[in-house]
Amino acid sequence: MSGIEIASLNKSWATFNAVQDVSFTVEAGTLTVLLGPSGCGKSTTLRLIAGLEGATSGAIRIGGRDVTNEPPARRDLAMVFQSYALFPHLSVAENIVFGLKVRKVPAAERARRLQRAVDILGLSHLLDRKPSQLSGGQQQRVALGRAIVAEAPVCLMDEPLSNLDAQLRHEMRKEIRSIQKSLGMTMVYVTHDQIEAMSLADQVILMRNGRIEQKATPSELYLRPATSFAARFIGTPPMNLVELADGADGAVVKGTNGPALVEGRGAGLLLGVRPEEIRIASTGIVPAIVQSIDYHGADSILECLVGDQLLQVRVEGVRRHAVGDPVGLEWKPEAMHVFDRETTRRVERKVLVTADGAGEVPALRAVK
Amino acid sequence: MKKTNNMVVPWLLLLPATVLLAAFTHIPAVMTFINSFYRTPRGNRPARFVGMDHYSSMLSDPVFMAALKNNAIYALGTVPAAIALSMLMAIIVNSAIRGRALMRMSFFLPTVLPMIAVANIWLFFYTPGYGLIDQFLGLFGFHERNWLGDPDTVLGSLMMLAIWKEAGFFMIFYLAALQQISPTLSEAAALEGTSRWYFFRRVTFPLLMPTTLFVMINAIINSFRLIDHVIVMTRGGPDNASTLLLYYVYNVAFRFWDTAYASALTVVLLAVLALLAFVQFGVLDRKVHYK
Repeated sequence: MSGIEIASLNKSWATFNAVQDVSFTVEAGTLTVLLGPSGCGKSTTLRLIAGLEGATSGAIRIGGRDVTNEPPARRDLAMVFQSYALFPHLSVAENIVFGLKVRKVPAAERARRLQRAVDILGLSHLLDRKPSQLSGGQQQRVALGRAIVAEAPVCLMDEPLSNLDAQLRHEMRKEIRSIQKSLGMTMVYVTHDQIEAMSLADQVILMRNGRIEQKATPSELYLRPATSFAARFIGTPPMNLVELADGADGAVVKGTNGPALVEGRGAGLLLGVRPEEIRIASTGIVPAIVQSIDYHGADSILECLVGDQLLQVRVEGVRRHAVGDPVGLEWKPEAMHVFDRETTRRVERKVLVTADGAGEVPALRAVK
Repeated sequence: MKKTNNMVVPWLLLLPATVLLAAFTHIPAVMTFINSFYRTPRGNRPARFVGMDHYSSMLSDPVFMAALKNNAIYALGTVPAAIALSMLMAIIVNSAIRGRALMRMSFFLPTVLPMIAVANIWLFFYTPGYGLIDQFLGLFGFHERNWLGDPDTVLGSLMMLAIWKEAGFFMIFYLAALQQISPTLSEAAALEGTSRWYFFRRVTFPLLMPTTLFVMINAIINSFRLIDHVIVMTRGGPDNASTLLLYYVYNVAFRFWDTAYASALTVVLLAVLALLAFVQFGVLDRKVHYK
């Protein structure tokens, strides 16, 4: 089986470092998503793996073989492009077997692989069409077909779903995942869509400004973001990050006198809490004032002012609050993430509870 | 406004263009066709209807037959060569190479120059003895030749000039077409290890076919239409070895003043061009992939 190892990969153009010191491993048969905002170097990293760009330094190994200086054709991989890269003058069938013809695969074998691919993708009634006669989703399938018939152990995908509408994107996402699993492909998938990343990946590599911000499983990325950037990038709406200040009993939200939320000094730290982790409750001891209400149907997003910081709070169902209402907020101790404002890195600090636990001592309890 | 006014205004707006088109295109074309069935009027002798006489005398006109043959050779020689050369030049200047802007400019330069100027430059190239070509060939021990004075070489020499002049112009069309081809196609092909020749044959060339059809029709029309260089360089000689159809038409009409016979020749020339265009569209259009 073919895993991929990337070691200290760098790519720079004259004055621009697109990829800086990127290292990661993709286990054989798993799907790794390169995630990040546009211009973060994720597509360049993919093109380096494909060999469409030459690395400035570093090493790329596929299936244990160093391919850093190999041409794309000798890296044993298939790739699906964002624009699909279908040949407009060739039929669907010719498009799918184009690479096999180049590689001089015998006609019988070509036909067998074509048949298998179109069966998987449900394209058999479209084989004689030209790409311009297909819908976006069908074109996407043809591009996938080309990757499938290559029977390469490694498949690279460069934002394959970004040209499709939301409904189709959801279907194709499931389809790609099931094809990847059933064929045992090792897949590297580039996207800027965090939902795509979370639902597809075995491993997510979050990039920013050419560097890896965090590599983790989707759940780890959500539960323990390594930086404030990772914290904000995952989740809709994104995690609240509020500035902390020094207080009498510990760090408090800037602009308030308490309660203390984190032990120790607060200046220079950010507190992160996801909107979906915050509850409005009578036992909540973080006082806040509702600033605005954004009704979404199944839930609403309330914007609440705590001190001089705004916190988004997701509440279920119908609106029970009005703008200007004073409310008490609470959240579980493990919902709190502390980051250094300067370095953006996660800081491990002892956190304090925010609920006025019924029947217990009505003071803040230290946790762990 | 009344309804009649509504009808008058659009016609008034069309009038200037209609008058110009009719005066300089449609009426002359129809007159040419009509004149080709009459004898040229001279002095006190009026034009007389002669039916197909002009057309039948063409068949026994040795200069016309020579011009027809020359033009056929000229078209067959210059059109494919100019197309191949322009495609090659476009591919060269479309790739990422050093001095690309300079190459684009130098390839396109012949197009910008007027044909008369070009003809004069090439007149120097072909000068026996001290012309550029003879001097260059002299380095390899070839004897000097009178390129434009020899019936065996004169047509070929004019064709060289035409290819040189036309290719730069057609290159612009190919360059535009090449830049329409998505670079991801060649990347997708590179992943499969496609050789450059295979990619050209299977992808680039078919995708350039609409341009090729357009260029080919223009090139063929040009090969019957451009005669400035014939007038400047050879005047059809020696012994009509470089007489092209339109040049013969010009001679008959404005040097021999046999305008009726020239009209008949013009009708034949137009018929040949129309036939060629129909054949090209009919045969090639079905094989061309349009976006």
